[in-house]
Amino acid sequence: MSGYLSGVLAQLLINVIVAYSVFLPAAAGLLNLGAAGFVLAGGYSAGALTLKLGWPLWTAIPAGGLAAALLAFLVSFAVLRTQGVYMVLATFAIAELVGGVLINIDALGGASGLSVTAYAGLPVVFAVTAATVVLVAWLLSTRLGLAMRAIHDDDRVATLFGVHLRAVQIAAFTLGGALGGIGGGLLVHHFNFMDVQSTGVIFSIYVLLYVLMGGTQTAWGPVAGAAFFTLVPELLRQGAAIGPAWKFLETGRFIVFGAAVVLVMVLRPEGLVTRGMFERFAALRARNPGPP
Amino acid sequence: MSTAILSLEEVGKAFGGLQVIDGVSFEVRRGSRTALIGPNGAGKTTVFNLISGVYPVDRGRIVLDGTDITTVPSRQRVRHGLARSFQNIRLMAHLSALENVLLGAHARLPLLARARAPAAVRDAEAALHDAGLALYTGQRVSNLPYGVQKRIEVVRALLARPRLLLLDEPAAGLNPAETDELRQLLERVSGAGVTLLVVEHDMNFVHRLCEQVVVLNFGRRIFEGPPQAVMRDRQVRAAYLGSAADPQDAERAR
Repeated sequence: MSGYLSGVLAQLLINVIVAYSVFLPAAAGLLNLGAAGFVLAGGYSAGALTLKLGWPLWTAIPAGGLAAALLAFLVSFAVLRTQGVYMVLATFAIAELVGGVLINIDALGGASGLSVTAYAGLPVVFAVTAATVVLVAWLLSTRLGLAMRAIHDDDRVATLFGVHLRAVQIAAFTLGGALGGIGGGLLVHHFNFMDVQSTGVIFSIYVLLYVLMGGTQTAWGPVAGAAFFTLVPELLRQGAAIGPAWKFLETGRFIVFGAAVVLVMVLRPEGLVTRGMFERFAALRARNPGPP
Repeated sequence: MSTAILSLEEVGKAFGGLQVIDGVSFEVRRGSRTALIGPNGAGKTTVFNLISGVYPVDRGRIVLDGTDITTVPSRQRVRHGLARSFQNIRLMAHLSALENVLLGAHARLPLLARARAPAAVRDAEAALHDAGLALYTGQRVSNLPYGVQKRIEVVRALLARPRLLLLDEPAAGLNPAETDELRQLLERVSGAGVTLLVVEHDMNFVHRLCEQVVVLNFGRRIFEGPPQAVMRDRQVRAAYLGSAADPQDAERAR
């Protein structure tokens, strides 16, 4: 596999994990525009542990996840006092705060960013991503997952049926933080570099878009969203390879990609992957069970 | 064991300067089917919201099955044997009928248990089947007809295995056939030992289902007795029809 292809694939896999960091709170009705904060917290923690203390990857990356989870848990009490657009602003502010602190720590590279030597190869990234997908799918199938989706639809009614609103929301936010931290740990160790500038508000907006465009109704939504946002721009980049007539795809890829995003939002307002798709597929299979 | 499963003692609630519930007291007998009626704005849904803990009471006491639940958080009241439906349908729009009903069993399952644990699914499917809703099990509720959604709300509440079931206008918007099916379902529920407290405007439904009626007006209890007596009561007639109402007019209105 070429280095380019390997890099794109690793980026896609890491984006899937980071997308789940926003998906879990979103499934419980919480909008998080601060993904970058948890990715930075986990990435810098894991990077510092391998670089400064010589920890192996298999302990440093989970430790990065734990650090981000702890951050998410602590800030969740303040964040959950807000609602709607104020929650979006609060999470955004927390990410800015984390970035602001890290950029001023010279021991971690300061504004130049953190360079590490330990390397997490594609198989490691793939294994962690696969485990994350399985974990999230399992979580959604539990009573906790049902409670999260119930809160998303009507938190008051969910409460009347015994759902502990605050506890479930804190759990969703903390687990999301942990996944963001693990994604950050993989990011810094796959590309051997992480900095605050390129993991800022634009990063957070993209991660939120992975989730909203992919769909919040199933565990497959973030995978579809991350794939769309990672692969479509790269495919457009290859436009000239198809033929000279398609060169506009490459030169005008930002315009074409923007149009594609608008088109998806118009045609699939609930996201690329919805529960309705699975229901229709199940109904189709029930009608055509196939050969015995 | 006390004969009352629910007691409201001098319960009061104000929103700002408006006294919505003003010293309401009544009891609901264990195993009974009691209707809570009154003109629009009488405070019926507010009483339900106070019993289920959506709003805190300003004064008075609410006792459920011998336990003072006045200050018990709303999420814990289901564990005390209380479940309810809502005046305006409040199902989880993105979930299927089965998942909505499974939410009713939420409080009885371990946190990380499978939401679709075989026993829970079996119970939920049986309850949907019993309510004539088996056809809709896997369908998303937002795609279902109003009358079906209304009945799913009742089934969801039943999955909480309540001892006291609060039903807020369960027959509103249902056609006569659906209303009759609902009444039969509730009679079976009652036969299984669940106490029913029903807010309902359809007096025919109340007469056929309930054996006791409590009437509220302007946040006060003005009548308590059997359905046959309710429209003969002077205060009730005045509340519904105005103070100069003729008894024969009241009978025709009924």
